[in-house]
Amino acid sequence: MPDPFDSILYRYVYCTLSSTGDAECAGHGLFGGGLLPGGLEWLAFPLTAAIIVAALINGILGGVLMMIWGERRLLGRFQGRTGPNRWGPFGLLTPIADAVKTMFKEDVVPTVSDRLVFTLAPIMMLAPALLIYAVLPIGAGTWLADINVALLLIIAVGGANVLAILAASLGSGNRYAMFSAMRAVAMLISYEIPLVISLIGVLMLSGSLSLVAIVDAQTIPFFIVQPLGFFVFLVASMAELNRTPFDVAEAESEIVAGYMTDYSSMKFGLFFLSEFAATIATSGVITAVFLGGWHGFDPIPSQFWFVAKMVAVLTVIVWIRASWPRLRIDQIMNFAWKALFELTLINLVVSGLLVLAWPSPSTAELWYMAGINWVVFLVSIYIFGRVLGPKHDSVRAGNIQSGVVLSDSDAPAIPAGGGD
Amino acid sequence: MGEDYFRQYGLIAVFLLIAVSVPIGMLMLSRVGTIVCMRPTRPTPTEPEPEPSDRTINPEEVKRRSQMVKLATYESGMRAVGSRWTRFNFRYYYFALLFVVFDVETIFLYPWAVRYGVLSETFGWVVLAEVVVFLAVVTLGYVYAWRKKALEWV
Repeated sequence: MPDPFDSILYRYVYCTLSSTGDAECAGHGLFGGGLLPGGLEWLAFPLTAAIIVAALINGILGGVLMMIWGERRLLGRFQGRTGPNRWGPFGLLTPIADAVKTMFKEDVVPTVSDRLVFTLAPIMMLAPALLIYAVLPIGAGTWLADINVALLLIIAVGGANVLAILAASLGSGNRYAMFSAMRAVAMLISYEIPLVISLIGVLMLSGSLSLVAIVDAQTIPFFIVQPLGFFVFLVASMAELNRTPFDVAEAESEIVAGYMTDYSSMKFGLFFLSEFAATIATSGVITAVFLGGWHGFDPIPSQFWFVAKMVAVLTVIVWIRASWPRLRIDQIMNFAWKALFELTLINLVVSGLLVLAWPSPSTAELWYMAGINWVVFLVSIYIFGRVLGPKHDSVRAGNIQSGVVLSDSDAPAIPAGGGD
Repeated sequence: MGEDYFRQYGLIAVFLLIAVSVPIGMLMLSRVGTIVCMRPTRPTPTEPEPEPSDRTINPEEVKRRSQMVKLATYESGMRAVGSRWTRFNFRYYYFALLFVVFDVETIFLYPWAVRYGVLSETFGWVVLAEVVVFLAVVTLGYVYAWRKKALEWV
């Protein structure tokens, strides 16, 4: 088990508070340490935790506000308009105005809704999105907890939003919401599998599930060594986030707002918040696992490197949103099951062979692996493009009457002779 | 060693506690807005004129009805017909079954992948071969599902 004192953040705050004079604390902490009076030393640990967590969550909420602004500005630029620019310099205060407005809107709860589930759903959505940050290393020595199953925790917690979406739609008792929830569950569980298997190549190279150990193992960023894993993980996590082009769950031109249709006021705000918090968290995970985490060159602090890489990933995510139209649900499911799943299996076997050839690889050997992996990546992408490409799209090829797929048949048609 | 374990997971437990209380706190704050009259509680924007047949109903009833429309679930502005319990296509069930199969597969793969580097140094190619056999068995089921058109979303 890693030592919690490895985290400079933890050691600094804990040693400022604790007066027991732990061996690890010698010479650390503000004011020489020991701020807590005798008899209250047991408070040092919970207080440390609370202080760091409060700082982290405030950082996340600030980051979410920045991202709302950044995404709107960037999307504006992509579409040849200015984006929000009235309130504050460059429109920077727009999300704050939005937050205040959202908070004081009328809270409409439909009469047919299940009030308890209806209220619980946004909380169930936001809490897991925040929990991912607990194990995210945002710089050398800057993390809250470093557990040796961190990646497993992220996957488990990240998958919890399926439950929240289902709870939201069941709670609001809306039929659009039910359609949305069924689509979302089908899509999220389908993309869960490539998402999980695509990380296996990284696990073979790093030999650990701890994010800190994975970042340490990256003498060269893993997206160079594992292009196929990186590609699949990026696409699958975009789907897990319900973002365009995978936003069939809240397709506003088909099913209003999906599972959020009947939500208003702060409950809607929480959904919005959790979506952005999860996006930032995912970009953090991608940074830590594939982009070398906090590594960079020296005069610039490691935390800055991490945030810069995160912002780069977020920019790419927004760019994808601006570039692609929404995919049809059958395209999405085909892509998950027929393309991504097999690509992950190829990646698994190839990575296994490479690690067999070079166990505990040095930097030079990592470069050899990267070369072979890139060849495999490009060849397999080309082959899958040929096999599953637009020519084989069942609608375009005319094998299926186009109306059947295009009209959304989530529910079977009620026979003309009468319904149920 | 044990102390470290509880410290790390204690930190995560505190994080979870605060992560749950943050959204609850936000909902409470928004509720405070109602108490200090910063947030509309349940206004009826314009009381609709009662239909000719309803002229005899008292104003309270008119107000109640207009709120009923507002508090109905949203369905394109029309009154919702039927309940939320609609029928769904069976294909959702297919994918749920497939998910269970392959998600269990990933659970077996993870511990193997983490120890793979160490194990392959001692046992060589056998470690990879075992998992390839395991994958082949699961992939056989996958190919069967594909052939049976269980992966088609139509």
